[in-house]
Amino acid sequence: MANEFLYFMQFLLSGLSIGSIYALVALGFVLIYKSTSILNLAQGEFLMVGAYICLSLTLDYGLGFFTSFMITMGFSVLLGLLVERMILRPLIGEPIISVIMVTLGLTYVLRGVVIMIWGNDIRQFNVFPEQPIDLWGVKLTYLYLWSMGVSLLLLSFFAIFFKYARTGIYMRAVADHQTAAQSMGISVKRIFAISWCIAAVVSSIGGILVGNIAGVGVDLSYIGLKVLPAVILGGLDSVLGAIIGGLVVGVLEFLSAGYLDPYMPAINEVFPFIVMVLVLMIKPYGLFGTEEIERV
Amino acid sequence: MPSGLFHETYQSDERIFQTWFVKIWLIIFLLLLVLMPLFASKYMLSNMTEVGIAIIACHGLNLLTGFTGQISLGHAAFLGVGAYASSILLAHGIPFTAALPIAGAVTALIGMIFGIPSLRLRGLYLAMATIAAQFIIEFTIRRWDSLTGGVDGMFVEPGTIGPLHFNDRIHLYYMTFIMAVIATIVIKNIIRARSGRAFVAIRDRYLAAEVIGVNLFKYRLMSFAIASFFAGVAGALMAQYLEVITHESFTIHQSIDYLAMCIIGGLGHITGAFFGVGFWFILERILEVVTTTLISSYPDHITWFVSLREIVFGCVIIFFLIFEPDGLAARWRTIRAYWKLWPFSY
Repeated sequence: MANEFLYFMQFLLSGLSIGSIYALVALGFVLIYKSTSILNLAQGEFLMVGAYICLSLTLDYGLGFFTSFMITMGFSVLLGLLVERMILRPLIGEPIISVIMVTLGLTYVLRGVVIMIWGNDIRQFNVFPEQPIDLWGVKLTYLYLWSMGVSLLLLSFFAIFFKYARTGIYMRAVADHQTAAQSMGISVKRIFAISWCIAAVVSSIGGILVGNIAGVGVDLSYIGLKVLPAVILGGLDSVLGAIIGGLVVGVLEFLSAGYLDPYMPAINEVFPFIVMVLVLMIKPYGLFGTEEIERV
Repeated sequence: MPSGLFHETYQSDERIFQTWFVKIWLIIFLLLLVLMPLFASKYMLSNMTEVGIAIIACHGLNLLTGFTGQISLGHAAFLGVGAYASSILLAHGIPFTAALPIAGAVTALIGMIFGIPSLRLRGLYLAMATIAAQFIIEFTIRRWDSLTGGVDGMFVEPGTIGPLHFNDRIHLYYMTFIMAVIATIVIKNIIRARSGRAFVAIRDRYLAAEVIGVNLFKYRLMSFAIASFFAGVAGALMAQYLEVITHESFTIHQSIDYLAMCIIGGLGHITGAFFGVGFWFILERILEVVTTTLISSYPDHITWFVSLREIVFGCVIIFFLIFEPDGLAARWRTIRAYWKLWPFSY
């Protein structure tokens, strides 16, 4: 009995720590969607680029982890600005399919550039000590604790940011009604740029954390798609939803790996997507998303 | 005697061949394609087969995304369903004549299942649902070892229809050619009929469409079914072409590629499929040559060039969306209109 409970707790805690990373990346999605109504399918590539830059600065150029982390953040801000200015701004007002497709085109370019610079191999990236620590019988590595800690810190930072900081309030205003926000003297363009920057930054932090767990490779970009179920579950335009959705999806992934694997091997790879289809059928706007009501 | 093309009846406005000029050029073009095996190399023929298959698939996707406005990011998965369905049927001794339509029907059924959410979902949300479909189907193919051979893939028995045996590449070329022509005729007629008007109405303003009596659910589902049927047929031909199929031929990247072909060609134009697929394949072959030359001349920097294809295609997609969102078909139309009156355009 106690054993089974420990087994469950192991999956739950691992799921929560991966889920907190998902929540971070999902936050990036939601931020962009909320302020610009664009679904950024290149989020996973942002994450991959961040992880690669940090890794190569630390391992190839021998910089300290903290320094390379800060440089990575700076670069992410630039990347976010560049993408918003060059690619997304010309498409304001175009149909949804163009906007989705342009972010997919971006994924090709970013992935190609990463392969061009760093090659195709998966590289190990271990900054945190590897020996696990014992939490009342549940074994967790420092890395998992770190990712949980960092994610929770950032998520609470953004929660406060949106509530009290001036820029955060501007962003909410733009998300709510662009024209009204503009007439109040808020620069909508600046807010768009800021949301892309924040999204790029949080996803590259997520990338560095995941890269430490799974190694840094081109496949990291799949996280960007894996986060979609979290975003849908929480509601596309809700920050709280992104956090809860991310945690739930992380836990679901680990629990399905733990309990369903004997019946259907590797079911955890698609389990979040099955949940996503169900959510889309039953409650398409998620737990906290704004419902669009229209009737004929 | 009118000097120009003036339609006096709806029949003439909706005619497939508006002028005899178009008809003659089309016949010459088709004759060239029929005679192609006489003078083209094997490599060229196999490329043309691939192009034909992609055209069938793109017609389906164009109907769904271009005419009905339902974004699908899972088209390659449906090709996979068709490919596996036809191969499994062939392995059980069912002739290709039956396996092809059954594969199409099975794919249409599965497409309809994933199309059900389209009743409530639009735009972004539907795109997500189709991404989920892509992953779930791919997972099923990869893991249902007893049926699909799992990660190792499965061998495809060459099919036969009458005198055509598909282990001969020329016969497969003719089969693909015939199917592509049939697909084009079918899609053109679907678009000309009531159903096509309904699709376009749903795309442009679905609430208004519902008000004027278009049954949204029925037509959206129908669009999914037709698109998936085309994908299934294309998949069955693809299986014949590839000879060994694995889940790797039907990933999300292929889905994105098909959507990109449709966008480059022009969403909502039937000629779009031809332009898009043609452009894509020509660019791909050129890039292949460029990459191999570059690699052989600078063997020390192989990593610089292996991803050249991805970067170029990514840039092409972005470029088209920003500067030519209506695609090559629309550009073709403007060019033709310009030359029609040249040099007296005033």
